[in-house]
Amino acid sequence: MAHGHNSKEKVVFVGDSRVKKGSMVNIPPDFTAFPGKSEAFIPYFLLKEWMVGVVVLVGFLVLTIAHPAPLGYPADPMNAAFIPMPDWYFLFMYQLLKYPYVAGDYVVLGVMGIPGLAFGALLLAPFLDTGKERRFYRRPIASALMLLSLISVVYLTKVSWDHYQGQLEATGTKPEHIIREEKAREAYEKGQPAPSVVKRAKPIAIVAEDDPALELMKQNNCLSCHASDLNGNSGIPALRGIGDQFTKEELANVVTNGNGNMPAFKDKLSAAEIDQIATWLSKQKKAE
Amino acid sequence: MFKGIYNWIDERLDITPMWRDVADHEVPEHVNPAHHFSAFVYCFGGLTFFITVIQILSGMFLTMYYVPDIINAYASVDYLQHKVAFGGIVRAMHHWGASLVIVMMFLHTLRVFFTGSYKAPREMNWVVGMLIFFIMLGLGLTGYLLPWDNKAYFATKVTLQIAESVPYLGPYIKELLNGGEIVGAQTLTRFFAIHVFFLPGALLALLAAHFFMIRKQGISGPL
Repeated sequence: MAHGHNSKEKVVFVGDSRVKKGSMVNIPPDFTAFPGKSEAFIPYFLLKEWMVGVVVLVGFLVLTIAHPAPLGYPADPMNAAFIPMPDWYFLFMYQLLKYPYVAGDYVVLGVMGIPGLAFGALLLAPFLDTGKERRFYRRPIASALMLLSLISVVYLTKVSWDHYQGQLEATGTKPEHIIREEKAREAYEKGQPAPSVVKRAKPIAIVAEDDPALELMKQNNCLSCHASDLNGNSGIPALRGIGDQFTKEELANVVTNGNGNMPAFKDKLSAAEIDQIATWLSKQKKAE
Repeated sequence: MFKGIYNWIDERLDITPMWRDVADHEVPEHVNPAHHFSAFVYCFGGLTFFITVIQILSGMFLTMYYVPDIINAYASVDYLQHKVAFGGIVRAMHHWGASLVIVMMFLHTLRVFFTGSYKAPREMNWVVGMLIFFIMLGLGLTGYLLPWDNKAYFATKVTLQIAESVPYLGPYIKELLNGGEIVGAQTLTRFFAIHVFFLPGALLALLAAHFFMIRKQGISGPL
């Protein structure tokens, strides 16, 4: 080793590293200062905590099985009748903003003033309540403020929830996840599959599929790029519904002269054939 | 055999002091529910962590099916809920766990407050705990949008309107979260990223600080 252990040195390093040898010995502090029987965290104390945990876990799992997570209908921004509702633990703040003296012109008080004061005070509680006393009944101001806040939070939440229930009743609406559940149960009782609420866009149908123009297009390799089901490829437009986008003249022009990647067909096809194809393509409109 | 593996690692990394620090410390009687039943109030912190672990695990399984885009988000949640084996259970755990974690954290905060445990020298740990509280609220807020049903959509719309009414910064906050003019495709991906990466990252860092300080300072004494 490059250097031996010299007790005259001010800093003593561990081994040949630059890690200082600390004076702290890794012996956990004991709790002899506290009365009663202390015990080691693992495994003795953790086992007891785990017993409490198991009680909570069983209750939690019973809840998850008894009440599936709610799911309504897919978001529809055009739905004007939907009554918006935040999660229950935000209701007190939501309700607060409904009072006239913290909304409208005074909204700053509602979104910043009162919540800022309340949460700011909570965040900085140890610096506001600096006394040595820990028992809650010996520090009446802190405890009273906390109790007052608790009561207001519970009250605001309750008012907000009752208001929501009243709104539901007045408008005769049922929450969507409940309607969905009822419909699924009805279908199940009738032995039918659950009604699907996920809408998929229907493919656009081909108009006049037995027209000879389609056969003509197959012979001229149109479908090798536009796909045999006429749905197109990446960068190549689908021919289904193309009549909604272009007129017959425009289509005839593209087939005759080409456009971008589309080759010109004026040498391969006669004008009559191009007209036949363009006529057929212009008929490819989405069914209403 | 485990002893052998432990010794092999210990020879090289000297993990015994670390193990002592994490596991071998003494826990005093006044927080032990086996000695005093009322000491169960001291369990709320541990239960908050327990539910948080459940949230992280169930959330990891949910992302195996969830697709964060406006066309497929609802369909993927619907599929997960009704078609995937135990998918409904995992989603219910995440849904109800989100509420339960708020409840447990609330009770833990009240316990710490009314026992005066936030007083010197534990001020910093209280502040970190409050920051964890805010992160949890943020997780609840962002997670609410992800199923992309009407309830999620309109609640988020209202939330962002409220955010907009903050003086000066409001419109910027709204645009940052919205990712545009309306609640739409960008909003969903942003909320997903915040819910799954940003906030959990911050949460884990704060939890580490919280636990480190508890170990460093020990639990507060009996009243």
